[in-house]
Amino acid sequence: MKTLDPLAGPIAPGVLSKKEHELRTAFLEEIERIPGGGRLNQCIQCGTCTASCPVSHAMDITPRQVIGMFRAGAIEELLESRTIWLCASCYHCTLRCPAQIQITDLFYALKRIAIEEGIFPKRFPVHVMSETFTNNVKRYGRNYEVGLLLTYFLKTKPIGLFRQRNAGIALLRHGRIKLRPDKIKGIEQLRKIIAKAETFDLPQEKVTKEKVTAAVGYESIGR
Amino acid sequence: MDKRYTYYPGCSLHATGIAYDKSMRAVFDKLGSELAELEDWNCCGATAYMSVQKTVAFAVSARNLALAERTGDDVVAPCSACYYALKHTREGMGEDPELRAQVDEALAAGGLATDLTVAVRHPLEVLLTDIGIPQLIEAQTHSLEEFRPACYYGCQIVRPFGAVDEDPELPMSMENLFTALGARPVDYPPKVRCCGGMLVATMPEVATDLSMDLVDWAIANEANCIVTVCPLCQSNLDLINVTKGSNGKSHQIPVLYFTQLIGLAIGCTPEEVGMQHALIPPDAKAPRLRSAQDRGAPLTIAGTREG
Repeated sequence: MKTLDPLAGPIAPGVLSKKEHELRTAFLEEIERIPGGGRLNQCIQCGTCTASCPVSHAMDITPRQVIGMFRAGAIEELLESRTIWLCASCYHCTLRCPAQIQITDLFYALKRIAIEEGIFPKRFPVHVMSETFTNNVKRYGRNYEVGLLLTYFLKTKPIGLFRQRNAGIALLRHGRIKLRPDKIKGIEQLRKIIAKAETFDLPQEKVTKEKVTAAVGYESIGR
Repeated sequence: MDKRYTYYPGCSLHATGIAYDKSMRAVFDKLGSELAELEDWNCCGATAYMSVQKTVAFAVSARNLALAERTGDDVVAPCSACYYALKHTREGMGEDPELRAQVDEALAAGGLATDLTVAVRHPLEVLLTDIGIPQLIEAQTHSLEEFRPACYYGCQIVRPFGAVDEDPELPMSMENLFTALGARPVDYPPKVRCCGGMLVATMPEVATDLSMDLVDWAIANEANCIVTVCPLCQSNLDLINVTKGSNGKSHQIPVLYFTQLIGLAIGCTPEEVGMQHALIPPDAKAPRLRSAQDRGAPLTIAGTREG
């Protein structure tokens, strides 16, 4: 369990580090377009999200703490935690949140910022799975389970392949493993669509550099 | 009846979820509804694409909606993640004009366009609403009385969009359906819990605990099979059958798709519904199930319908 350093966030009350300010701006931009994203300031820190989360026991920072840390100006620290990468997108927190905060979608927004900024937890390369997945789609148009898992394990933890051998053999014996990827006919068309869509996802002009101070807490998220 | 649907199988149904694909086709065929596979469909993006790039995730998924509009039939997506991704794309583009303009522009780069007119539906809801329980009972040839399924819904067909209009914390549609077909569903409190999803690859120790808990709960409540609606749930739970528990206890139970069970009830053969792909076939652990599979078994619908 990671111990949280209360001083790692704002450098002084009401003042954020430059990096933190950048992350905050990027995050606010991302969540602005999530329906209900601005409801973040309605969080009453009740912990229903954490209690509903099937994997909160394995997290170093709980979902409730994620929102608390965001408010306290410690996004960088929460991106270094395993939390967002442990989310299995089951949407239980979103369903139950009494303030109707779209927690799962906020986590997606945080994952995108983490990938864009290259901030990841140490020795926890789960984001490689998402990136391998998207590469597969660009290559074939469809996801190829065997290729996805092989690439992921070879890139991250080859030992994982050995550990999962029973599963692989069982699936193979029951005709459930496809040995060759399907490639769609319209792959060029799909690539054009992706290339165009990517122009909207490129990092925007993020921050006005001279302004590195920002209010911490409710004021800054009250949009 | 005789309705046509655009079938979006998704990547899993061509591989680990092949039994779902077979049983979907067999059941719709038997019921006289046409399932026309969406031509040249691409990956829905699942949960992974949304973690990397937002507009691209929507655009990748929207290509399928655009292709489906050529026939205009409702899209039926059996995989929970596909159902969610396609539906999320449709709803998200409908709600956000800026996003819609961007996705439209991306689609136009590929010579496509969408006006978001096709509905995205899950087969459970299609079978319950368009076909309906009375119609299924009429089509029934074999009783499911030997089946005591634990009906497992998982996550993305109940949350955040409910595929079937019911309590998202306590769905009962499968229980009602299978009770009507003569089965005796067991009480299964963790029915909407998470199976671990993709964590089975990225954090296997966490995912295995979640899946094993679901399997143990079904066994403890004396179910003789688990019924799922999603290829990832099915393979995660089915793989517990070949995973040794830490306490050396056996955690074995057949894990079936709801369409396989319906198929057996309406006279499809076990092969037709892909029973051979289950890691534990139902009759290995529950010999009494065979009577339901014997062709020509007496109809025992009357008297088992309520329960």
